[in-house]
Parts: sequence; C-alpha cells; structure tokens
Amino acid sequence: MAIRIKKGRSGKSIRSIVQEMSDVDLSLCFQCKKCSSGCTVSGMTKSPPSEIIRRLQLGAGDEILERDIIWTCSSCETCYARCPMGIDVASVIDALRSLAIEKKAAVPEGNVPLFNKAFLKTVRAFGRAYDLAMIGIYKLGTGTFMKDTEKFPTMVMKKKIALLPVWGADRKTVRRIFKEVDRDKGK
Amino acid sequence: MEYAYYPGCASESTARDQHSSSKAVASALGINFVEIPNWSCCGATAAHQTDRLLAVSLPAPNLLTAQQMGLDVVVNCAACYSRLKMANHEISTHPEIREKVGEVLGRDYDGSVKVRHLLEILHEDLGMEVIRDRIKQTLNGLKVASYYGCLLVRPPEVTQFDDPENPTSMDRLVKALGGEDLDWPHKVECCGGGLALTRTDVVVKLSESIIGMAQAAGAECIAVACPMCQVNLDLRQIDIKKAMGKKYDMPIVYITQLMGLCLGVPYEELGLNKLMVSPSRVVDAIAAVQNQS
Repeated sequence: MAIRIKKGRSGKSIRSIVQEMSDVDLSLCFQCKKCSSGCTVSGMTKSPPSEIIRRLQLGAGDEILERDIIWTCSSCETCYARCPMGIDVASVIDALRSLAIEKKAAVPEGNVPLFNKAFLKTVRAFGRAYDLAMIGIYKLGTGTFMKDTEKFPTMVMKKKIALLPVWGADRKTVRRIFKEVDRDKGK
Repeated sequence: MEYAYYPGCASESTARDQHSSSKAVASALGINFVEIPNWSCCGATAAHQTDRLLAVSLPAPNLLTAQQMGLDVVVNCAACYSRLKMANHEISTHPEIREKVGEVLGRDYDGSVKVRHLLEILHEDLGMEVIRDRIKQTLNGLKVASYYGCLLVRPPEVTQFDDPENPTSMDRLVKALGGEDLDWPHKVECCGGGLALTRTDVVVKLSESIIGMAQAAGAECIAVACPMCQVNLDLRQIDIKKAMGKKYDMPIVYITQLMGLCLGVPYEELGLNKLMVSPSRVVDAIAAVQNQS
C-alpha cells in the first residue's frame, strides 16, 4: 500500500520530537512488521504500528496525530516485546499521544483522552483513583449516560465497585507531583 | 517473610475480592504483608498515555517509603506491578529522569527497591512444596486456564517475569493445588485493559476471543492475577452475548481465590460473591472432595 504523508511545515519535525520524548531511534526499523503481526488491535485499526513507524521515518507532519491507532492501541506492549531491533514502539505511541493532546488533535472514537483526564483528576484530588467520579466525568463529557447502566445495580449490590472515595493517601505529595510536572511542561 | 504491600486503587473498589483473598492467603501461608503507609496511585495507563515524567513520578513516593521500610514491595495488580517496575527501570537507567523525578518529589530516589508480584514470591521465596503441604483440600482435577494478560510479562526487559510468551507460574500453582493446568494459546493475549469504558467494542471482541479459546481448551474456569483482566472477562460476558450472540458462563476467578478455597479460607474473605459470573461450578468441584473426606 502506498503511504502518503504531508511533511511538517516548520520547526522541529514530529519525528525528532518523538525520538526525543521516547528515546527511540526510529532509523533502526527495517519494516519486518512483527509488531503489526502481533498487535492486539491490528484488525481494528487503519494504521498498524509498523506503518506509524514508516510514516515517522518518512517525515510525517501533524496529520499523523490523528491516525486511529494512537488511541485504539491498548498499550499491551506486544510490539516492543517482539521487535527484533528492540524498538520501544509502545513508547513511540505514548509520545504521539502526549503530542496529540498538546496540539489539540481531533477527538478520537471513544475519547480516551477525556477518560485519562478524568482518571488523573480523581488521582490529583484524592491521591488515589476514584472510579465513580471518573466514570461520571467521562459520561458527562461523552453523553454516554445509559451505557453499562444495567450492570450498575448488580455491581453495587455485590459491592464490586466503591461508592465513596477512599481517604488515606499522601495527597500532599501527589498534588506536588502534578504541580511540578505541570511546571516542567511549561518550561 | 515480610513484604511492603502495595494494594493499588482497585483494591478498594473493583478488586476488593483480589485484595481480601490475597491477604487471607498470605496470612494462611505465614507471609506478612505490611501495607505501605499512605500509599498513592501509580498513575496506571492514564498517566503513561499522558506524560512520561508524570508516569515515572507517581509511583516513586510509594517506592521511597518501601525503601525506608527496608522491605521488598509485593504487588497484586498486574497494572501497578508494571508501572512500579517501569518507574524503577526509567529512574535507574536514565540519570536525567532520576534528577527530574528528584526535583518533582523534592527527594532523591535511586530506583533500586525490588518490586515483586505475589506469584513470584510464592514461587521464589515460598516454593510449591510448602503450598502442597499446607492445602487442606485439592482443586479435585478442576480444569483451569491460567490467563496472564499483558502487564506481568511485557515488556520483558522491564518486568522480567517468567517466560514472556509462555509463562507457567500460575499453571504450576494450579498443579500444586491439585487442578489440571491447561495448555492453551491465549495466555498472554490482551483483553483490552484500560479501554474498558472508552472502547468497549474492542474489549468485547478481545475478551470473547480469550474466553472462547479457554472454553475450546476445556476450561472450567479462567484464573487471573490482574483486576483489569478480571473485570473485563467477567463483566463483558453479558455484552459478548448481546453483541456477538455467543453465550458463555465462564467463571473468572483470581488465582488467590482458588488458593484460598484450597487453604480453607472462609468464602466471605475470598470475595467469591462479588464475581458477576457465578463461581459455583468451581466451589462445588472443590466442596465435592471435602464432603467425601
């Protein structure tokens, strides 16, 4: 299949930013496609991992941040585990995710960035994840109120999910971490 | 045997059953879990998909506290295990990351605390002989498909857990408990993990493939060691039926729940009532032996 890319217009290329963020040398890839063969979601994405690496090698621009694999990827790490050149493909995808958020790329199917944001919001507030709040924020943002609600009564009855947040974490340290990481990003 | 226990956030919500069964099993085997005081979230998938520094920094205070306790860390949750080990790996191999994490925390951490999964401790420190001696009843030949998922075994450079393509630590445990360990091909496939809520379509497809394969291999239950695997495989059987018309009734039990049953831990402590698919098939198989003896 022919790969068409739009080159990045100015400044640092996506390729060099990704290499810097993930410590991966993308030139090591010789397209054996083991990553794509083993990829958990290769049947559910338009761009398997080897294609993403190829696009980066060819100098892709911002359009790469909207390839569906970036958020369909389940972070199972099979690509990295099986790469004969030891390329940490999963970290490349993570770097593309960070860039997609930073550059406000289009909202992907399922809006994983919103879910991650909701998850981290509860961690920032309580020091530990709080399922119900995170699900609430996500449902509010995506309008998927009715999804999975039929399971909820059983889960509550069986106490399979906590209703209240749990106290006890070192919240001060956790807040400091979030604050300092934000500051580092601003640098 | 004493360890710094990192329960992880799921232990207080969707994996209370794993938490209580692990603690009960540990105490039945004479293993002392000392909970890391004021432990906080490891950041899970959300952190590493958002920011590398955040992902490495969030586990660090827990590891620092464990270092002060002078103990190895024991973790139940495969996701926490992976994040804690990844933080150690990043901090110990990248001096610039260690320095940054030091600035973020206001304290230096060298990445040297040993992080271990309960399965590793059972094999390396306790041994299957001890477990064989301590059990009060066997699994009575129960056919168990051991499912390891992703984060215990991958990436192998970081987790260094068992064989990354064909792990057997849970299988050997099942055997020691008197069950039948099944040779099946989906041990380390992915269930979709953190996509549970966002891409349920993906999770349903992946979970079906895993449960279907276990069933084809003759499994009477699937044993897991990760809260995300447990919830996805257990909860999504209803959705598999709705979306794909395939009806499964496969109990998804924690390996610690199976151990607890054999060690004579009371049912309530094992949290067996919390499972969505009833584990009565598993419980009955074991109880049958108990009644005979």
